[in-house]
Amino acid sequence: MSEGTLYDKVWDRHKVTRLPTGQDQLFVGLHLVHEVTSPQAFGMLQERGQEVAFPERTHATVDHIVPTGNRDRPYRDDAAESMMAELEENVRDSGIDFSDPDSGDQGIVHVIGPEQGLTQPGMTIVCGDSHTSTHGAFGALAFGIGTSQIRDVLATGCVAMEKQKVRKIEVTGELGEGVTAKDVILTIIGKLGTDGGVGYVYEYAGEAIEDLGMEGRMSICNMSIEGGARAGYVNPDETTYEWLKGTDAFADDPEEFERLKPYWESIRTDDDAEYDDVVTIDGSAIEPTVTWGTTPGQTAGITEPIPDPDDLPEEDRDTARRAQKHMRVEPGDTMEGYDIDVAFLGSCTNARLKDLREAAAFVEGREVADDVRAMVVPGSQRVRDAAEAEGLDEVFKEAGFDWREPGCSMCLGMNDDQLEGDEASASSSNRNFVGRQGSKDGRTVLMSPIMVAAAAVTGEVTDVREMEEVATV
Amino acid sequence: MSSPEFSAGEAPAEKVTEVSGTGIPVRGNDIDTDQIIPARFMKVVTFDGLGQFSFFDQRFDDDDNEKDHPFNEEQYRGANVLVVNANFGCGSSREHAPQALMRWGIDAVVGESFAEIFAGNCLALGVPTVTADQDDIEALQDYVEANPDAEVDIDVAAETITYDDTVIDAEVHDAQRKALVEGVWDTTALMGANEEAVRETARSLPYVPAEHVAEDEA
Repeated sequence: MSEGTLYDKVWDRHKVTRLPTGQDQLFVGLHLVHEVTSPQAFGMLQERGQEVAFPERTHATVDHIVPTGNRDRPYRDDAAESMMAELEENVRDSGIDFSDPDSGDQGIVHVIGPEQGLTQPGMTIVCGDSHTSTHGAFGALAFGIGTSQIRDVLATGCVAMEKQKVRKIEVTGELGEGVTAKDVILTIIGKLGTDGGVGYVYEYAGEAIEDLGMEGRMSICNMSIEGGARAGYVNPDETTYEWLKGTDAFADDPEEFERLKPYWESIRTDDDAEYDDVVTIDGSAIEPTVTWGTTPGQTAGITEPIPDPDDLPEEDRDTARRAQKHMRVEPGDTMEGYDIDVAFLGSCTNARLKDLREAAAFVEGREVADDVRAMVVPGSQRVRDAAEAEGLDEVFKEAGFDWREPGCSMCLGMNDDQLEGDEASASSSNRNFVGRQGSKDGRTVLMSPIMVAAAAVTGEVTDVREMEEVATV
Repeated sequence: MSSPEFSAGEAPAEKVTEVSGTGIPVRGNDIDTDQIIPARFMKVVTFDGLGQFSFFDQRFDDDDNEKDHPFNEEQYRGANVLVVNANFGCGSSREHAPQALMRWGIDAVVGESFAEIFAGNCLALGVPTVTADQDDIEALQDYVEANPDAEVDIDVAAETITYDDTVIDAEVHDAQRKALVEGVWDTTALMGANEEAVRETARSLPYVPAEHVAEDEA
């Protein structure tokens, strides 16, 4: 068993008791709520005649179903309107803070938590959303839960869990030009598999991780779940603290920052910590990486050939064959040159200001290819406002991108933003499952924001390093 | 609003010691929750009626014509033991996935391995997720296909799956087994009983203001 890791320490600090099932009861420091997975939980609570135990440790927003175009109420989609109305009623009745679209703070739940300073090191954070692992970038223990567990948290402020193993993933060296955090995590999942992390929490470490800003760390932790790991984290350091200082929580309260810093320092993994497993990956060898299949583990460097299913481990062959048929790709080819119809820059993985800046710097002075539908969906209203203040929206619009309102959008096709028919999408999101982007025949190629920008311009999957003037921000 | 307090909830959950019935095989590794229930069916505020949408896009084409899928086949009507392969339920945390399967009529899922959040969601519904070796699972899938009316018996406590003359040595994760067999899978009730200890833990955390976890809030 691991010892002395951030995971061990945060677990111990939040453990209430051992339950008769052998699970531990953990206090939840921050419960984030959105409209899709919470209404049934509030319903169950009401059926039992219970109330929200700790509304002040709870924060809500709306992201999955919210339209990214016309947001006049009532929403044109009756189902979306009723979900929104239900959430409004639930948060009002329970006294829960709500970053609603009129607040200027609305956005994807995993974008707004960190930007408002709700997300802090050493917290336990849960949300009815598997990408809650994102918040681990701050040295929090953060994981997705199901609706019955949301009921648990609403009613008791706690979750019941078994402790997991800890795998340290050390990414050594410096990332090359045009290589981003997204390429790192796609590479990790490609190597360890979509179920390689089941039973584990991932600790990301090493020079390449430490060099990343918070946005990059969030992109990596975000996709831990795509590798089967329910949570992933990075130890807090000066980069983390600099981000926190600028948030609502501490911008006007430096004393509170100084008061909490010793706690944050105390939960960092010890130098002599023990792990259940350690994996080392050479960061300098990572290329811009894309998916060729229909799981986030089916990845290849942009110059690498798509594998022959017969060369894969036996258990992966069948999935690979079906994926290649769906995607219409051939073993031995690279993904470079794969025609795309849609470019989607958005999602909780990659829709933060830095992502938009990098993509905009590339797009400036270029044009979206004629036959490509390209859209940018900022991760939050604050990201949108900051991007507009810098004129990024104009850069995107001039190039031919659609500039939209914040939400989950085409990551999962719960609003109007969907693939149609067998359209192929270059997407900065996190899942390339069949049907994920709203059309069961749709084809998704996951990649970094800057690679999405390059694909939008050329109309095909493109090695961004081959294009001139690769800008890094 | 009255002062918030959390009670121990209602009666303890029922014990789930065994599941018996006919089987239905759904083959393939990495079947994600978007396949089990596509996101467009999640625009609802209750779980009622989700059963019909199980594996919807695998079962119907764009014109709503039936495609080949076990959930469409008459021979599996009434089956309650779903037999799957590896990493079943990966992806989204949506409880809508096991809710849909349960409302279809599935009482237990047997497979090579499960994604963690999915297995946890099943447990919260009292639906066991039972694992066994690849060879045993494939043999069971073959058997169920050939004998859709034959009974499959899962003994949660003994961790066995029995069909025909075969007894599979299976595994039910420790905490899950204990929870199901002893009927303590309603974690709201379990944890609600420890209210004072919860407040004590919360008060020991430097980032939690005392008033957020005070006993008598205004």
